[in-house]
Amino acid sequence: MADFQTPEFREYPAVPNVLVPDATAHLSPFVAKPNHQEQLGFPGELVDNWEEKAVDKMGDLLSKYRGLRVYLDSCVKCGSCTDKCHYFQGTSDPKNMPVARQDLLRSVYRRYFTFAGKYFPKLVGARDMTREVLDEWYSYFHQCSQCRRCSVFCPYGIDTAEISMAAREIMDHVGLGQKYCNEILGKLQTVGNNLGLPGPALAATLEEYGEEIEDDTGLPVKLPLDIKGADILLITPSADFFAEPHIDGLMGYAKVFHEAGVSWTLSSHASEAANFSMFIGSYSNMKKVAERIRDAALELGVKRVMVGECGHAWRVAYSFWNTLTGIGAGADPNDEYAQKLQKQLDPSVPQPMHICEFTHDLIQKGKLRFDKSVNDERVVTFHDSCNVARASRMGDMPGGQFIIPREVIKACCNNFVDMDPETIQEKTYCCGGGGGLLTDDLMEIRVKGALPRMEALKDVADNRGVNTLAAICAICKAQFAKVLPYYDFPMHMLVSTHQLVGEALVMTGSEQEKELLGEDADEAPEAKAAEQD
Amino acid sequence: MSVLYALLFYVATVLLIAGVGFKIRQYWTTPAPLKIPTTPAPTTRGGVVFRMAREVLLFESLFKGNKWIWLFGYMFHIGLALVLVRHARYFMDVGPVLTFIQPFGIYGGMAMVAGLLGLWGRRIVVERIRYITNPSDHLILALLVGIGASGLMMKFVEHTDIVAVKIFFQNWMTLNFGALALPSDPVLMLHLLLVAVLMIIFPLSKLLHAPGVFFSPSRNQVDNPREKRHLAAWAAELDK
Repeated sequence: MADFQTPEFREYPAVPNVLVPDATAHLSPFVAKPNHQEQLGFPGELVDNWEEKAVDKMGDLLSKYRGLRVYLDSCVKCGSCTDKCHYFQGTSDPKNMPVARQDLLRSVYRRYFTFAGKYFPKLVGARDMTREVLDEWYSYFHQCSQCRRCSVFCPYGIDTAEISMAAREIMDHVGLGQKYCNEILGKLQTVGNNLGLPGPALAATLEEYGEEIEDDTGLPVKLPLDIKGADILLITPSADFFAEPHIDGLMGYAKVFHEAGVSWTLSSHASEAANFSMFIGSYSNMKKVAERIRDAALELGVKRVMVGECGHAWRVAYSFWNTLTGIGAGADPNDEYAQKLQKQLDPSVPQPMHICEFTHDLIQKGKLRFDKSVNDERVVTFHDSCNVARASRMGDMPGGQFIIPREVIKACCNNFVDMDPETIQEKTYCCGGGGGLLTDDLMEIRVKGALPRMEALKDVADNRGVNTLAAICAICKAQFAKVLPYYDFPMHMLVSTHQLVGEALVMTGSEQEKELLGEDADEAPEAKAAEQD
Repeated sequence: MSVLYALLFYVATVLLIAGVGFKIRQYWTTPAPLKIPTTPAPTTRGGVVFRMAREVLLFESLFKGNKWIWLFGYMFHIGLALVLVRHARYFMDVGPVLTFIQPFGIYGGMAMVAGLLGLWGRRIVVERIRYITNPSDHLILALLVGIGASGLMMKFVEHTDIVAVKIFFQNWMTLNFGALALPSDPVLMLHLLLVAVLMIIFPLSKLLHAPGVFFSPSRNQVDNPREKRHLAAWAAELDK
């Protein structure tokens, strides 16, 4: 399979690893080609005076991002974060300890931007910007999935994600970009999705899924595309259109929309919720990508914008869309750019809304009926996605992002078990494939980084009979689909959250409803009974 | 010597205030263009004040992260706070509150040194923390232990004339240069020298975590990005 060893399960719960210096120093992703770079506005290859350019760019970022400045100054090297990173746990490489990862950049910051580093570099561990440093950055800042777990445990909230985004932004600006992220962003900005799937192909795919649902339920459920005047614009990761188990989630959303009787649409112009610009720390690219969604919302005249199951996409949507594009509320009356859209959007509901918020709301109002017994062979656990857990919210109270997906799952499954509290909710572990690492050239770090999540899963699989892992993020799903077999779990234990919803949902007038009513004819409404005759 | 020390403290005070003032201004004026609170985060300003208070007064996140570091770190900081309050008597009249606090300042001094030694021990013994340690991290610990130990020595081993010290600082504060006279006690001299060094390096070192924590976007931002458009000036330019 691969030329590396899948880590052994440790005794559970595990104690911190003994360091193995440079254990993953050999890992770095493929470098972006000139055309990948240039389409995002970056130099095609490493520029001549890159040392100087890199330091200049760092200065530019320091003047634009308060967080970066404060985080680089404030670390006291207390060690609280050192054992918290899944990549450290899976590799034992000390440079995968969050503080050590930050120090790769902090050492250069100190050298060029602080008094102590300028005059006493050895004393404070300051380093010149050299090729060796740059290579180290390229390797280890692509062994961070920007999951923010370390920031939870830092007394100053220092977020390694912000540091790794800055490092990648600097590297892009001197011409050393990552192929996976930058190539995909190019497709997204030209075609409209990460996959490079053009509108007509998308339309054909969606029609096919509609037919599949119709075969199953007997109802004419559609997955509409580019419908002007629809109420809801659904923005979902393009993986939902072609990957398993993502597709089953997409069909779940379609069933929920149909049952709720709302008018909705997808957009071929904005057929992607993912925004990898966040991973490379590029504000301008992030805005450009998000503006496709703004443009689609304006063009189609929708009242609501909704987001499918995707972790970092939900972070960008929930936390950044209002800032980047005005998709949200509460813009200044003089803010014409945002007002133009906000006047069109329905102010009585949160904008944007997560699909789980929508489904949960319907469940609360008693508008969805479930046959939970459909999922009775399953014992389900839920993987909190890092970006949803630590960088966003659902519902109107803090922590709603933990409660709402679980409530949705429990509404359609009888058997639900949580994993170890140290590994869920705000302390959840990344799947190992986030932050732009979901590429085959980084398979080793992906498998090793999955270790803590796999250990917690094994714990509930062995002791509580868990046989189903529900995810809520396109990257988590793609990552687990690849990584579960390395740890001897069956791949089919992985499901989309809305797959569970779709399977248990009893739609009005569906075959499933007829079957249920047939079993329990006494309770059947007369009209329905007549229909059956 | 007394004049030299007086000058040293003027310089140290100016550098401390100017340096920290400069950094605070820098943090204050640098925009935070995106909403990045570590969630779950408070949805109101009042909630953020409460979160920050827990962070600053209880070290909540550190407690989640590592109980040993929390224990030693907390001992040190709470001890230092008590010691600082106890030392107010050198700069102002002693009222009932300051009188009450005096003995606690002594316990604080002991807790401070014990906490520092605990942190230092971990820095040496725990492999992960040893790996991330720079020489400056040891030096700052040495400096703080030196200050604490010399202070405790003057309490328990080698008393100094604290009345004379108080008069020195009263004159120092009122710029009364003619009457500057410190007891020429080596332990006192060392204690004051180390304190001046600490004041000088404060704005140049990781001690900036003290003002820094208040400016940390992951801790001080309100979680309301959907309800209110958050826009930095440089980012607003891109809307056009």
